[in-house]
Amino acid sequence: MVLDKKDTRNIWEKIGDYFSANSIWMKWYCTGCGAIEMPPTMTSRFDMERLGMGPMATPRQADVLLITGYLSTKTLRRVIYSYEQMNSPRYIVGFGSCTINGGIYYDSYATINQLDKYLPVDLYIAGCMPRPEAIMNGFAALIEMIKKGEANGWRHYQENYEWYKKNQLESLGEVIINDEFHE
Amino acid sequence: MNAMNFIYAFLMLVFVFIFQTSLTGFNRKVTARLQKRYGARWYQQFLDIFKAMRKDSTTHGWVFDFGVIMALGGIMATVIFIPVAGFRAFPGTDNVFVISYLLAVGMLGMAMSAAGSGNPWASIGVGRALTNMLAYDIPLMIVIFTMIFAFDSASVGELAKMQQGMGILGWNAFRMPLGGIVAVIALMGMLGKKPFDSFIAPAEIASGPMVEYGGKHLGFMFILHEFMTFIEVSLIINLFFGGGATIWEYMLKYAVLYTFTNIVSGVMPRFKIDQAVKYFYRVPLAMAIIQGIVVIFTGLGVTIWF
Ligand code: SF4
Repeated sequence: MVLDKKDTRNIWEKIGDYFSANSIWMKWYCTGCGAIEMPPTMTSRFDMERLGMGPMATPRQADVLLITGYLSTKTLRRVIYSYEQMNSPRYIVGFGSCTINGGIYYDSYATINQLDKYLPVDLYIAGCMPRPEAIMNGFAALIEMIKKGEANGWRHYQENYEWYKKNQLESLGEVIINDEFHE
Repeated sequence: MNAMNFIYAFLMLVFVFIFQTSLTGFNRKVTARLQKRYGARWYQQFLDIFKAMRKDSTTHGWVFDFGVIMALGGIMATVIFIPVAGFRAFPGTDNVFVISYLLAVGMLGMAMSAAGSGNPWASIGVGRALTNMLAYDIPLMIVIFTMIFAFDSASVGELAKMQQGMGILGWNAFRMPLGGIVAVIALMGMLGKKPFDSFIAPAEIASGPMVEYGGKHLGFMFILHEFMTFIEVSLIINLFFGGGATIWEYMLKYAVLYTFTNIVSGVMPRFKIDQAVKYFYRVPLAMAIIQGIVVIFTGLGVTIWF
């Protein structure tokens, strides 16, 4: 057997990646304006079910977490909870310039600027906001990445958990909770 | 009963899985066409199931895990007792009561496992599923008991055979037209098709009982759902649409009935759970009782029309 530098997956992982690539269930975390582009992508005009993708109701069932736009520090906490509820292999797709560098909210006191400091993003779709064509293109790219075994964000997260954790805590700050469960 | 029976039973499970899963995939395409979409590939359902089986999954305690296995086991055991086109893996055991009691093992396993996840949405979903079951079961059971009374047999295979050889008019759906309508409506409720799908409503209660399943657990649930669909549609086909003389006839009838429920489901909104119960206790229950009275007191339907 010739050792390949790039592809170290065994046959089962390759088969598994084939299934993962062709059946993508998504959890939309509709934090920002980008969510409005999802319905046309899903319904008859662009019809993403052709590629085997579909929406799912809970993070447990989903493979892909879609972050559709800006994230306030308050929602970041919930996004992290949702991501950690998902079962690996799991992927994150960041939508729009807000997840890449802050977009028009780059100097806001309430939002985070760069999503991949806090969670491992596999794919960004640029645009403010990306049109359904761009979204479909993005997903085609994601499918290719999964097939080739390149979408390894979830492994990266496990291996570099300390770094992510540190960033997450820094941005979330300390929380003082006063309710009946914590007194 | 010998080793051959068990081999038949195993082959039957494989056949049912492949047939029903392909049909589900085909029906996803039908639904897509209704919505003017192109739709998923016909084998998409297989991909989904194998994808789910490939993923890691999260457990929520042993009740959660055990319930899944119990449900799948119970449902697979029930499938073996369903007569398909005169073929029975274990001859002489295809009684209506055997099937409905075995089915309960699977249903209870599912309810147990979903409740074991500790998620409130799951409890709401299970509650709604059981309420829904109570709603469709009573009209359907009245019709089925009428049939058992009229034909003096509770064997699903025998009841199917009695309808054969007389053309379409021999089917119970035509001998007992009201009963046939009740059966098809009840089938929609059993399959959880719209308008009776309030227990899995994804947008309102986050897919109800399924809310905490992910990965392999979800894969098992999908397989279980295929088997369950087969049991439910098969019961109606055998009892009301004459089963099938050959396997091809059976598969054709099955595909037509299942696709029909899907098409109806594709254009329906969703009932709230109390509306569903009220509906079942008003229209189908009345029809079932009238049908029962007609059959028992006049004998119409047992002796054919002419
Ligand atoms: S990138 Fe633009 S469209 Fe998307 S969330 Fe930010 S401001 Fe809104």
